[in-house]
Amino acid sequence: MRTGMTVCAVVVLLLLGGCMKSVKPWQRGDLARPEMAFDADPQASAQQDHTYVSKEAASGGPTLGGGGCGCN
Amino acid sequence: MLKLLRIVILLWLCAATGAWAARPGDTAPAFAAVSLRDGKTVRLDDFRGQVVYLDFWASWCGPCRESFPLMESLRNELHAQGFEVLAVNLDAQRADALKFLSHQDVHFPVVAVQGDTVPERYGIASMPTAYIIDRKGIVRAVHASLRKDQVKEVRASIVELLQEGAK
Repeated sequence: MRTGMTVCAVVVLLLLGGCMKSVKPWQRGDLARPEMAFDADPQASAQQDHTYVSKEAASGGPTLGGGGCGCN
Repeated sequence: MLKLLRIVILLWLCAATGAWAARPGDTAPAFAAVSLRDGKTVRLDDFRGQVVYLDFWASWCGPCRESFPLMESLRNELHAQGFEVLAVNLDAQRADALKFLSHQDVHFPVVAVQGDTVPERYGIASMPTAYIIDRKGIVRAVHASLRKDQVKEVRASIVELLQEGAK
């Protein structure tokens, strides 16, 4: 009974090991590919941010909370 | 049963901690790879008897770009004495490696390996990583990348190994 439980515990631990798979140094090229970028089009995104900041007068752009006159 | 479990746990720990990585004093793990120039199979054992600078690189890695001309210059100088550079590409896409090579004027063997087996056996922790292997196939030094300020030191260690084998 005790051996069985130990085996189960070890199997569970080994399976949990699969949850912490890290990116290997030689796999980082995949992360550097354009399709992996968080922002698909940085320029369009910068323009959107600029418009947002101009219209809302929110310092820090859309990623930070801020003031704003609420006017358009 | 418990004995078997202990062995399994030990093996798992070895794999998880990179205990199998090639370190100075270890025999360089043998492998076969495909030449990026002519598609022929190249084995590390083919270079036994030479001092080998085994360099793992990828096309997206900036320091790799810097190291290629330096490796070529070392190879040009010391090849006649029994020195060779073996550059092993780890790109997922072969086209990326070929594009990189089209911008490099190098004459040492350049091969590619697919999958994780070879880099894991060497325990590569960063790109590029290079191993200096003596004439007997033993890893004698490991370093992260070849930069201009390191050439003198690396050259000295290679020359020492070349002389060691010639005795």
